[in-house]
Amino acid sequence: MKLRAYALQALIVVAILLTLYGLATVVAARMRGLGVEPGFGFLGQRAGFDIGDTLIDFDAADTYGRAFVVGLLNTVAVALVAIVASLLLGAVAGLGQLARNRLFARLCVAYVELFRNVPLLLQVLIVYVLLIGRLPLPHEAWHVFGDWGPDVWLSKSGLSLPWPVWSNGALILERPVLGTFTFSGGATLTPEFIAVAAALTLFTAAYIAEVVRGSVQSVSQRQREAALALGLDEAQTLRFVVVPQALRSMIPPLANQLLNLIKNSSLAVAVGYPDLVAVADTTLNQSGHAVECIAIIMVVYLFLSLLTAAIMGGWHARLLRRQGGSA
Amino acid sequence: MKIIFLLAVLLCPGLACAGKTSDAILERGQLACGVSTGVAGFSAADSKGEWRGMDVDFCRALAAAVLKDPNKVRWSPLTSQQRFTALQSGEIDVLSRNTTWTLGRDAGQGLVYAGYIFIDGQGFLVHKRSGVMSAKQLDGAEICVQTGTTTEKNLAEFARASRIRFKTLMFENLRAVLKAFFSGRCQAFTADASALASIRANDSGKPEDYVVLPERISKEPLGPVVRRGDEDWFAVVRWTLFALLEAEERGITQANVDALRARSDDPAVQRLLGVGEDVGKPLGLDREWVYRVIKAVGNYGEIFERNVGPASLLQLPRGINALPRDGGVMYAPPLR
Amino acid sequence: MMARLKRRAWLSAGNLALGILLLWAGWHLFDWAVLQAVFLPDASACHALEGAGACWGVVAEKYRVIFFGRYPLEEQWRPLLAIFVMLGLLGASAIRRRRGRRLALLWASGLTVFLLLLKGGLFGLANVDTPRWGGLPLTLMLTVFGLGGAFPLAVLLALGRVGRWAALRALCTVFIEIVRGVPLVAVLFMAAFLFPLLMPKGWDIPSLLRVLVGIILFAGAYMAEVIRGGLLAVPKGQAEAAQSLGLSYWHVQLSVILPQALRKVLPALMNSAIALFKDTSLVIIVGLFELTGALGLAVDGDPKWRAFALDGYLFIAIIYWIGCFAMSRYSRALERTT
Repeated sequence: MKLRAYALQALIVVAILLTLYGLATVVAARMRGLGVEPGFGFLGQRAGFDIGDTLIDFDAADTYGRAFVVGLLNTVAVALVAIVASLLLGAVAGLGQLARNRLFARLCVAYVELFRNVPLLLQVLIVYVLLIGRLPLPHEAWHVFGDWGPDVWLSKSGLSLPWPVWSNGALILERPVLGTFTFSGGATLTPEFIAVAAALTLFTAAYIAEVVRGSVQSVSQRQREAALALGLDEAQTLRFVVVPQALRSMIPPLANQLLNLIKNSSLAVAVGYPDLVAVADTTLNQSGHAVECIAIIMVVYLFLSLLTAAIMGGWHARLLRRQGGSA
Repeated sequence: MKIIFLLAVLLCPGLACAGKTSDAILERGQLACGVSTGVAGFSAADSKGEWRGMDVDFCRALAAAVLKDPNKVRWSPLTSQQRFTALQSGEIDVLSRNTTWTLGRDAGQGLVYAGYIFIDGQGFLVHKRSGVMSAKQLDGAEICVQTGTTTEKNLAEFARASRIRFKTLMFENLRAVLKAFFSGRCQAFTADASALASIRANDSGKPEDYVVLPERISKEPLGPVVRRGDEDWFAVVRWTLFALLEAEERGITQANVDALRARSDDPAVQRLLGVGEDVGKPLGLDREWVYRVIKAVGNYGEIFERNVGPASLLQLPRGINALPRDGGVMYAPPLR
Repeated sequence: MMARLKRRAWLSAGNLALGILLLWAGWHLFDWAVLQAVFLPDASACHALEGAGACWGVVAEKYRVIFFGRYPLEEQWRPLLAIFVMLGLLGASAIRRRRGRRLALLWASGLTVFLLLLKGGLFGLANVDTPRWGGLPLTLMLTVFGLGGAFPLAVLLALGRVGRWAALRALCTVFIEIVRGVPLVAVLFMAAFLFPLLMPKGWDIPSLLRVLVGIILFAGAYMAEVIRGGLLAVPKGQAEAAQSLGLSYWHVQLSVILPQALRKVLPALMNSAIALFKDTSLVIIVGLFELTGALGLAVDGDPKWRAFALDGYLFIAIIYWIGCFAMSRYSRALERTT
């Protein structure tokens, strides 16, 4: 009986692997038929297009491979910023829904319902258009900290700020300077980056708020009352009694939301933020290697997702160990 | 089941055993035509969902030639990423979607261009207040680009050749890129000059505040594309294009085509309209195919005027797209 | 006592400020969206606004394409009717008294009518091929059929992942984690580019079917995790008790464990449904024009109206919002009663 079950399982696995291999062969053969040599060799070819917003140097003479790295770094950058911001905003909006101040609680509920229920793509577009519509032209840029503070400018070209660079072996602070058209030097947060990060934050925080609300509500009212009776004030009750318990049940759904956030950052392409998908899109067009480009996207996102899941899982496990309970 | 399926594919490597496209069209009773998802003047859905534009009219002409009815077309709106795959996989019979004719596409990807129907060139649109008169003055500027075409590559090459640097902003979405340019996010917008002209005239609200710079940084001959490996179908598409030009040259229009067929004694006109020598047979078509084409969509000049000419929303001059006698390059070999 | 009073005063001052701010924002929104707005399809009036008001005229001009995509003009009463059929079905299911067999029968007949209306080819209705379907009916169809297909797949995957067979467990886990780890965009890209390469010449699978499969796989993996959470939350003793009664493994799983598990995770499943409804806006990648794509189709190629695309976006955002909000309210009502 046991043996038969094992044999059947092995057969299923073998059959699936064979099918996958067969499909891969077919795809490769079809691609050859279309005059495209399958494989990842094209990554070493010259890309021939520029990318506006990069964390490392890139120009048209660099390879497709480097373009992918640029895209990946951009994806990670926007996702990291949005993760931190959405955790903060989500916690505020989630606890806010339960606040005793009725107006504030209502406002938080309204925020959650408004942003949770509209497709992210539309939110990204709307945020971006409002942003670039309202900001001043580079020549009329707002000097954020006034004339005496650090040299930070806000305009349609983004937030330009001083940034340390290596120059002749010494680290100096390079300040943004207004040229003929826009700022150069220093570092720039482009409106595209800001819009994508903001929209991702607003959207994900609405979901995180629901997770927080649910978890906090699941901590029984009696515990809260007991803590208050012991003389803890509201903030202390929240900090020492409610949050530690809520965190335990919160982390797995929170991890899900962070995974969604990372994947949703692929919508950045709509407003011209050069993330991984945007670079892959352009490369696919230029080189015709559609299947390979999609494979790269999938593998990279899979890796990012597994990494996030592992980090969140580790945190959860540590929390459980420290609190000595089970979820 | 799976084995049969695998065998079917393996025995059919690539395009070697592709059937005859014309037969497939006749059997289907419809021409499968790949168009854009919305490029004004070339292929776009109007408020009632009907397709209009030059590329659309060309497919209607093909349907009139092959199926004797310009309305027997199945439109497939394709994004620029999808367009070649759709043609390669046989989903469409012809790609009529302002696609630039380049060596790499014509030779390397199992495709072949049947000719060009419109010649364009990449240019720049700038805000007048910037005072920029030439693209070479745009050093250091932020340039908006819509991706999915040869546009971003041309831009990078132009910058390199002119020893200037741009900050390129690549958008996938036309609506987003237009918003970005008109709100002043970037100092210039680069695209095919025909698109720029129509964007300046219509989207800006104030055409006088915007300028199309004189430089054309690329050659963009746009034309219909078919699959490689079916010479007969290739010939039909190519000569339908030539027939439209020839008709303009001979002064045959949608309005006078019936009258000319009845009483013209010019042998070239007679031949074209199916009352003289048979020019359909070599293509596997009947004698009157050109007559039907002109009756359905008019000659090349009429198609141009209707969709992109000075009276249309695009307001483009004929320019290089005129017949050779008017200083253009739209030349048709003799139809005989 | 003083401290508390002081705090009260601060709070009410804060409330007042917040209230005034909300009123101010609300008034501006109202002014922009209603008082200054242009409601007639008049492009020059919209241009004259210069952003002072909304241009709803773009919807008035393009509503046919926005709502029905590329569906043939003279047949558009059919998708309109189909929308109402679907809304009726959803409404009927939300009324809690109707349950079980009758509801299943209602859905089966309702969906048949829905598809028949869109596809035609019978009873004198002209045949309309799937590539021409679009707009709101397509959004509804992808959501409902996507969920309908994803649910059984999710149940199987979840059962497989917690089940007894090691190989099956591994396969289900790998599948779920891979699909959950990639963006839907990538799955749809596969549907768009890889499928045609896999199909032999002449085997034309309509893109509607292709994306539907993609959506089902994607949503199935997500819902499988939700259901697995429910399965794990059912006490072990239940399964043991049922098995000791002599019921078979599958019988125990399907009729004892699963119903309890599903009841536990109903709100989370509803969340997946809401997510899917919004995610259908990505199928534009394969050239299908559901609500969002149809808006692009309507305005991209029309220089006269292209400048007012954002107003169109706001309009369909309201439609999505209504749909999602209704679903989330329903979900909260379920949360309270179960």
